[in-house]
Amino acid sequence: MEALLEPVSQFFGPAWPVVWTLAKIVAIIAPLMLGVAYLTLAERKVIGYMQVRIGPNRVGPKGLLQPIADGMKLLFKEIIVPSGASKGLFILGPILAIAPSLAAWSVVPFNDGMVLANVNAGLLLLLAITSMEVYGVIIAGWASNSKYPFLGSMRAAAQMVSYEVAMGFALICVLLISSSLNLSDIVHSQGQGKFHEMGLSFLSWNWLPLLPMFIVFLISGIAETNRAPFDVVEGESEVVAGHMVEYSGMAFALFFLAEYANMFLVSVMTALLFMGGWLSPIGGIPDGFHWLALKTAFFLFVFLWVRATFPRFRYDHIMRLGWKVFIPITLVWVIVVAVWMMSPLSIWK
Amino acid sequence: MDFKTLVFYILSAIMVFAALRVITSRNPVHAALFLVLSFVTAGGIWLLLAAEFLAIVLVMVYVGAVMVLFLFVVMMLDINLDRLREGFWSYLPVGALIGILLAVEMALVLGGRYFGLEAMPEPPAVQAGYSNTRELGRLLYTDYVYPFELASLLLLVAMVVAVSLTLRKRKGLRRVNPSDQVAVKRGDRVELVSMSAEKE
Repeated sequence: MEALLEPVSQFFGPAWPVVWTLAKIVAIIAPLMLGVAYLTLAERKVIGYMQVRIGPNRVGPKGLLQPIADGMKLLFKEIIVPSGASKGLFILGPILAIAPSLAAWSVVPFNDGMVLANVNAGLLLLLAITSMEVYGVIIAGWASNSKYPFLGSMRAAAQMVSYEVAMGFALICVLLISSSLNLSDIVHSQGQGKFHEMGLSFLSWNWLPLLPMFIVFLISGIAETNRAPFDVVEGESEVVAGHMVEYSGMAFALFFLAEYANMFLVSVMTALLFMGGWLSPIGGIPDGFHWLALKTAFFLFVFLWVRATFPRFRYDHIMRLGWKVFIPITLVWVIVVAVWMMSPLSIWK
Repeated sequence: MDFKTLVFYILSAIMVFAALRVITSRNPVHAALFLVLSFVTAGGIWLLLAAEFLAIVLVMVYVGAVMVLFLFVVMMLDINLDRLREGFWSYLPVGALIGILLAVEMALVLGGRYFGLEAMPEPPAVQAGYSNTRELGRLLYTDYVYPFELASLLLLVAMVVAVSLTLRKRKGLRRVNPSDQVAVKRGDRVELVSMSAEKE
């Protein structure tokens, strides 16, 4: 690999690190965008079959070209800026929605050592970047200068801030027991312990000792991405489409892409933090990227499954679940884990 | 000028511009968004100083939580932009006085003999395995554990007081309690009665 790249790097000279990093970014973002496009198809198909329908099957063989057709349609549509809107912010909204959900992938490790930026405080950086996601929604809702978008953005602000707290506490438990903020180290710390030596690695992953946190994190992740059953931000029957009401064409598509990219991100994070990332579930089988992909695919399926199963929560119930159920549980569990680590019964020595 | 210096000047320029716009922009929502921008660039400058933990926490706490709630409130204000400009001249002397005082204080501190390159030499470059987070955690929980715990206690008290100040119980308010609603069982609402069939 090094020898192969040598003439290319000489051609670019001092600009080589920039070019190489850009190439890596494209290598991450391009498959991600393709995955996002096909996740929309998968969602329609999966929900279709769950509701005893067929789902899209007209464009291409078995409907496989449907996302391409949808993308083309949105690309060629006109973007209408309402006359009463705050123009600069109206354009900035969708950009701020998608930028953090792509930037967060910079610290996600795909395999041992396969990461764009192996940052010491990777988990913290991920939290910081994802906490900025809400701005796209808020700005879009305000800049539209319209009532439904505004209501949607108010709901988004309250909901995303509330569930971030629970998510943060769940992550504190994870970093307590792996005593590192580096995502690769967190994965490595799951590949050791009594069960791992017995060949049952999947029992040594974080999900078992942190089972309540795992569940809280997954549910908060669904709430954080504004997916059903927590999709009051864009609940059709209440606020039409929330912050996206006034957007058309590609500006709308950016919100859509951001939502699906966030689903990918939450799934990958759950896989990395609780399900051992790229580690194989039983001993003797080589670890690798395919395990991470499989686990991510499973959690993405859970997202779709949950959407097809549960009715939408009422807004006050969402707030109650976040503040009165999840935050007390996580607070108690942080203390439990800390005491457990210091006691002689600790399994993380 | 090396690359780091260039980045520093670019970030500083953005930050000064954003900070100026915070006080000069007439729309409060724009001002709040410029404040967000200046927080993010401040985080960038701290990153240049190898203080990654502080930088990330600044973005996470101020941008991710505080400013979101700030925007939440500011967006709901019904502001008449013309009314905002009233009283500009009457407030100017007081504002100018405070501004000049601030500038003088800053000049005294920065120009004094306790500050500057002679008094505070550049810290030694950090090694490869250096973790700012670990260093900070070690300091906070060993050398400075009592001040740190005191500060957290203060914050807790402030939080409880803020909640208790805004907590009002009004009588005769009809409201639903989601916890009660969730706890409802079928038996509370539906009663199945077993009846023998009636004959005509």
